[in-house]
Formats: sequence, C-alpha cells, structure tokens
Amino acid sequence: MSKRYDAVLVGAGHNGLVCAAYLARTGLSVLVVERREVVGGAAATEELFPGFRFDSCAHRLGHLDPRVVSDLGLGGHGLKVRRPDLAVLAALPGGDHLAIWRDPQKTAEEIRRHSPDDAARWSRFGAAMAPAVRFRGHVAVATPPELPPAASRDLLAFMELGLRLRRTGRREMTEIMRVLPMSADELLDEWFESEPLQGLLAALGVSGLFLGPRAAGTAYLLLGGLSPDAEVLRPTELVTGGMGRFTEALAGAALANGARIRTGVEIERIRTAEGRVTGVVLSNGEEIDAARVVSNADPKRTFLGLVDPTELDPDFVRKVKNIRTRGAFAKVHLALAELPRFDGATGRPELLEGLIRICPSLDYLEHAYDDAKYGGVSRSPYLEAVIPSLTDPTLAPPGQHAMSVYVQYAPYELKEGSWDADRREALGDRVVGTLSEYAPGLDGAILDRHVSTPADLEDVYGLTGGCASHGEMALDQLFFMRPVPECAQYRTPIRDLYLCGAGTHPGGGVSGTAGYNAAREVLRAGKRAK
Amino acid sequence: MLRGTPFHPRTAALCQAHNWRRWAGCIVAGSYELLHDREYFAIRTAAALIDVSPLYKYHVTGPDAELFLNRLIPRDVARCAVHQVLYTPWCDQAGKIIDDGTLSRLDTDAFRLTAAEPNLRWLQDVAAGLDVTIGDITEALAALALQGPASREILKRISDVPLDDLGFFRLTHARVAGIPATISRTGYTGDLGYELWVEAAQAVALWDGLVEAGAAYGLIPAGILALDVARIEAGLPLLDVDYIPANKALIEERKSSPFELDLGWTVKLDKGPFVGRQALAAENERGPEWQFQGLEIEWDSIERLYAEAGLPPGLPATAWRTSVPVYSGGEQVGYATSGCWSPILKQYIALAHLRSAWAAPGTRLEMEVTVEHRRKRAEARVVKKPFYDPPRKRAVETAP
Repeated sequence: MSKRYDAVLVGAGHNGLVCAAYLARTGLSVLVVERREVVGGAAATEELFPGFRFDSCAHRLGHLDPRVVSDLGLGGHGLKVRRPDLAVLAALPGGDHLAIWRDPQKTAEEIRRHSPDDAARWSRFGAAMAPAVRFRGHVAVATPPELPPAASRDLLAFMELGLRLRRTGRREMTEIMRVLPMSADELLDEWFESEPLQGLLAALGVSGLFLGPRAAGTAYLLLGGLSPDAEVLRPTELVTGGMGRFTEALAGAALANGARIRTGVEIERIRTAEGRVTGVVLSNGEEIDAARVVSNADPKRTFLGLVDPTELDPDFVRKVKNIRTRGAFAKVHLALAELPRFDGATGRPELLEGLIRICPSLDYLEHAYDDAKYGGVSRSPYLEAVIPSLTDPTLAPPGQHAMSVYVQYAPYELKEGSWDADRREALGDRVVGTLSEYAPGLDGAILDRHVSTPADLEDVYGLTGGCASHGEMALDQLFFMRPVPECAQYRTPIRDLYLCGAGTHPGGGVSGTAGYNAAREVLRAGKRAK
Repeated sequence: MLRGTPFHPRTAALCQAHNWRRWAGCIVAGSYELLHDREYFAIRTAAALIDVSPLYKYHVTGPDAELFLNRLIPRDVARCAVHQVLYTPWCDQAGKIIDDGTLSRLDTDAFRLTAAEPNLRWLQDVAAGLDVTIGDITEALAALALQGPASREILKRISDVPLDDLGFFRLTHARVAGIPATISRTGYTGDLGYELWVEAAQAVALWDGLVEAGAAYGLIPAGILALDVARIEAGLPLLDVDYIPANKALIEERKSSPFELDLGWTVKLDKGPFVGRQALAAENERGPEWQFQGLEIEWDSIERLYAEAGLPPGLPATAWRTSVPVYSGGEQVGYATSGCWSPILKQYIALAHLRSAWAAPGTRLEMEVTVEHRRKRAEARVVKKPFYDPPRKRAVETAP
C-alpha cells in the first residue's frame, strides 16, 4: 500500500466529508479514514434496538450551508430536508404549551395566550435582530482574518467585515455591537415578559454550552437560532430518514467525486518530519503517505493525541490544552410502544413534528445550570426531544415510535465519582421522570432505553470532554480565536496539517460550513504553492 | 517574610555581617564577614561551604524521561551516561534561552534538573503527551556546595565512597558524615569542587559534619558575594544578570539564544527534534548577531583616568551587575553585564555582550568607567573565557 494521497481526512464527521468532497471535486486524491464502522460521526443514524433507528448524537441540522447542498448535489445523493410548519413546541407545566410556527402570524396568536404584549413584539423582535443575524451569517461563511493582520489579504478581510457592519446602518451597527456580548437573559428581558417565551428562546443561547442564560455571550449564540427573515425563529431542519441520511449523502458525493472512504480503522498518529506532515499511521500499523492531512477530530484530540508533541511549540500546546471543552449534555433514546401523550397535544400529532422543548422559563434553565455548575446533573434538566418516526415510518415498527432526547445539563466532570452504569441509569430515570411530568404515562410506553452520558459521547464519537462543538462556543473561543489564534485560518503550526471540524470557525451545529471553509483554505494554499 | 534555607539555623548563627541577600524567595548570606575577601580566598586556596539550596530542583522520572528532556534541552540526553551531569540551557520555540542549570542522570529513567527560576509549568507544557512525572523538589532537597582545592580531601575524610576517580560533571551516591547524599563534581566557581544534595531534614547534620572535617583545611562558609567573583572568573553566566529569560523579556532584543551566550557548544542540531531547534538551526546558518565574551580592562588605562582626576586607581570592591556600555571608537558595540576585580589574577575583568564583528579575542575596545562622577572610557581587550581555569577543576587523582 504505497499510494500517496493528496489529502487524508481524519474522521468522517459531516465536516470531514464536506471537506473531502470539495477537495476530491478539484481532482485531488482523497482518503477519508473513520474509526467507527459508520460514517457521519456525531451526525449518524443507528439502529440501537431492533426495528428502531435513532439519530444517535445530533438530531437536527443547524443551519445547513446551502452552498454545500447545491455544490455537492446532495439532493441527488438522497438528502431530503424537512422543515416542519411547527418549529418548536414548548411543553409547559399544567398541560399548557407554546408553539412556535414558521408562520409569524400563527405564532403571534399562540403567544397572545401567554402575553398580548409579547405577541405584538414577536415580529418586531425578528426585524430588530435581523441585521445582527445577517451579519453573523456573513461572518460564519468567511475565513477569520489573522489578528494582527499578517497579510494584506487579512487586512482586506477585516476592512470588508467592518464595511459590512457599517453598511447595516448607524443604529443597526450600534445595536449589533451592543447585543453580541450580552447575556440571553438581558436581551430577552428587553423584549419579552412571558416566562415560557423567554425560556424557549433562552435555550437557544446555551445549547451545548456549559453556561447558563445569564452568562455573557449567550445572546450571540441565541442569534444563531434566529432567522433573518419574517419567521423570526430559524426553521427546524430535520432529515428524512434520520441525520445519517445527510452524512450518507455527503459520503455519496465524496465517493462520486473520487474520494475513498475507509471505516473501522483509526488513525493512530499523524506522521510529521521537520515541522510538516508526511502522512498518517493507522491503528493496524499501516502507513499512508499524504501531501496534507485535514483533521475533522477536535483540536485537542488532534494536537494532544495525534501529532508528535515534539513538533509543537509548548506555548501552543498549552493554549490547546486550555481550550474549554466542558461537556454539558447527554442523549437519551426511547423506543416507544405509542406516541407520547403530551398534555394539550393529544390528538394533535402535528404539534410533535418539530422540536419538543422542555424549558418552561429562563429561571428553569438557570437553575438547571446551577446544579451542573457544581458538578451535579440538573434536577430538572432542559430537554429537547424529536420523534422523527412520526413523519418517517421507516424509523420504527408500525404504530411504535423512536424518540431522541437531548439533555442539558449533564456535566462531563462530576463533583463526585465518574460516569458509571449506575449514574447512567439514574440519568435516564431523571429524564424519563421529567418528561413524564409533561407527557403522563410515558414511562409505561417505554420498550427500551439507551442513555449516552457525556463520557459515552467522548468514547463513542471522540468528543473531548463530551463537547459536541469541539470547544465551547463562548465569546473568547470564537471567530479569529477559534480554536486558538494560530489555527483560526484552518491552517496549523504544522505545515500541511489543517483542521476542518466544529472546533474551527464557525463552530458547532450540523451546517457543514467549517468543512467548506477549510476546503477553501486548503485549495487556496495549494494554489499558492504552485 | 522570606524563608530561610534548610541550612538557615547554621548560616544565621554565622552571619556576622547580617548581610542577607534574596535568592529565589529565600534569604542566603551575601557574606558572613563584613568583607567577602576571606571567603573568596577560601574558595580559591582552601575550601568554602556555600549554601545553594534556593536553586529550583525538579525530579524527572518515567519511561519517557529521556525523550522529554531531549525535547526540553538542546544537549543530547541520550549521550548522558547514568551518573553523568550535563550543564545546559533550555529555550523557547524561537530558540531563546528560558533558563539554564545542570541535569543529573540518576538512573536510566530518573533525572534531576536544577534551574534559576520556577520552571514547573514550562516543563509540564513540554511534557505534553509524554509518559513522564515531574516533581518539584526544590524545598525537599537541600544543596550545599563544597568548593576549593581542599574540597576533595575534606570530603574523602567523611565519605564512604572513593572520590579520587569521580570525574568532572559526574556524580555518586554516598554517605557523608553518615548522611545519605548525592555528591556531584559540579559547582559555580570554576574550581575543584563538589555539590552535595541531601534531604532537607538532614541538611544541618551534613553541614556540621563538613565543618568539623574541614576545620583542619581552612574550610569556612562563603556567601554569594564571594561566589559571584568566582563565577565571573570562571566565565559562567547568571540569569537576570547576564541574560534575561525569554519568558520574562519585555522586548525581543532582551532575549538571548545559546549562540549569543557563548553556549553554542550545548546545541546539538542533529540529535532530533527539541524546542527551538528550527530557529537555532537558522541562526547557526547565518551566525549569531551577538557573542558573550570576556573583557580585560587595562590597568594602565584605569590608572591614567583616575590620575587625571587626581586620584589613585579605583576598583570595584565587589562584583558589579549593571549594564555598562562597551565602545569601539565612537560607536557602542556592546555592553558588559558583570564585572569585578579578580584577586587571584590581579586583573579587572568583565563579561560582555558584543556584536559579532567586535567579538574576536584580541579586539581592542573601550568600556565605560565612572571616575569622580564623570563617564570615561577605559581601554579593554576581548579575551576568551574562562579567565581562571586551574587544571585541578577537571583533574582526576590517580590512585598511587
């Protein structure tokens, strides 16, 4: 096996596959190596119990990059994205609920039941936030410039960004600068009074983050859940057939462009010599030569686990070690004999087609974080559930359902002890108990249960610290500081080694933008080399 | 309140001058008597005991210990035999010196490193990904230097191991006055001498044993003022005085590479990767901008300058450690960072950083001296270090 690849990808997560497909498209010989038997990384669909298929980690897309869908012809490779009319259903105590529809009028009517003032503000809130959301979108698709600008290209990029900000208008620019570092709590308090609405929106600001809604910078994350268009909230994007269909489509596109994908074999080491990449060494001892290596693994795993530490500046290593990757969530998968009966939604299955969120108030969320802050699992966790079998019967046996529940906060680092079988089951019980408060009788409908603790997420998906975004999406770990300033342009201190995962800008969420941006930088460097 | 060293109960009682100096968060005797001259001559003509416990000390063990140290320092640790000691600087990624010290190989996988500054964090950073344990044993381990021509004879009287064949920069484990200690043939004086490493709790007993055994040989305790003169004569650089550690330097210009500190001989570019190698290879290619050399200040020139002011020649009473400009013609070409009158050489000497073009031995330069409030320039000559290098420093006694 003496073939030399133009590029070897470490890991077949969605960003790795996006990057591989783009590189292969330009004629480069590309090999993707995935340690799991299935591709997709944290965006996979797996049969956890016979007949029941679950999105084992991520259960929804997070602003899927439209460039990726069209450039790679993902539709032709079987991708069907569903944006249900109902984006989020917030289940509330006492049998009430709050539904956010894609139609802002319909949503306003729904909000009116909780607060007429909030209903009147709904569309205005969307319009006021739109410039910031749009600006955030522009920033997301760009490669962060180097700071201080090392090349005229960086200076231009900075000026372009500044100009774009300025063009939003004086008032809008000021508002963007004001809102970005705020807490979700402060921002929402300026707009809304009803607790259910505040809770539902605040959850957007802490998703995957080991911070509560009163922490600075959570407003920035909240903006990521908003739409620049009239519908205010970004539509919920689900994949028909499960998230695995998305990554399978990406793998299909990569293969169609000539890339090779090997699964079930792990890259043990990225081989280097004199500060540059020469190839990879697999767990079976096989060595593969490569002109460049692009790592979809998180920065800590890449630099602290795969690269010869003697190649790296100890100062750089310290910065990488200091990237915060405090896992905050767990996943619980339930095989159900029947559709859960959420109070107020019985007989209306259309209310359960989007996201089901349990986060009835901002205080609820902050209290949930309080528990985790000191190393405990939230007594009343924030939950986000999907029941994709409702609209996709292939995922569960007839009449039965597959429900995936995202659980926050379940800290990776526990105050006492570590994640073991007992604690895993206790977590499962707590989630089922919490859900049962809103969907009575759920307990009796459970045929099987699968719990992934933060430690399991680390073991199975290679997420350091159980952090799905490969590095917390906190203000000091964003943009040109993501994952560390030395790697913000997807390049690394080791020549021909690149990063393409969620640890790089723009970060977590299943969008493919990091993989797209990384491919662009790899190709740009290739052009310069010629 | 600065802490004393493990020898403090003894040194405090002896320090008539109350001349305490701060060293790495401890107080140590600057001189025991009002003048340090007798202590200096003990180092050069008899033997002196110098408390060097404030040195930072790290114990490095584990299967990757050699790999780690080879990554840390520019010298080749693979070529360091068990019971050998290496003097070495270590650098940051830009090839600039962070600290310097001695590395003792206690066993295949066990080492001890000394440093002038706290280095634990840096050591741990460099150890990332390696199977190695680094312990800070600074306070647990006391260190006592026994230096001077009589040191071997004194130590032989109370040690249970032969010392005649203990070579320069080698170590042995022994009982000294009945106390388990490591004896290394190392020191900061450029003379025949040893350093004894002992558990802090046993420090006083070791001191007493040495003082008793050394009485007949003229052994006295010496403070760090005497040590400073000896180390300048030996041409040994001192952190914070002759160079600024790279991690403390406010500007790039204040940093020094091993080549710039006359420590190019410690840099083994072909031994494999180590921190700073790429930068040092590049510097080696183009040649260092600065060199660290000895200066001999001409007596006649000093005498003339003082005579012009109507004074007899003035000389520094203790070693100085300020930055003093060095000129060639009208142009400043460097600066001296340490200087003293060498009592044994009868010569005014200094250690100086010189631009490479003016650093060749024999080059005639001028060093600034202040005579009666006026800045003057005394003639000086670049010379090779060390200024003082007695054969006994390295010599091994052959058994009769």
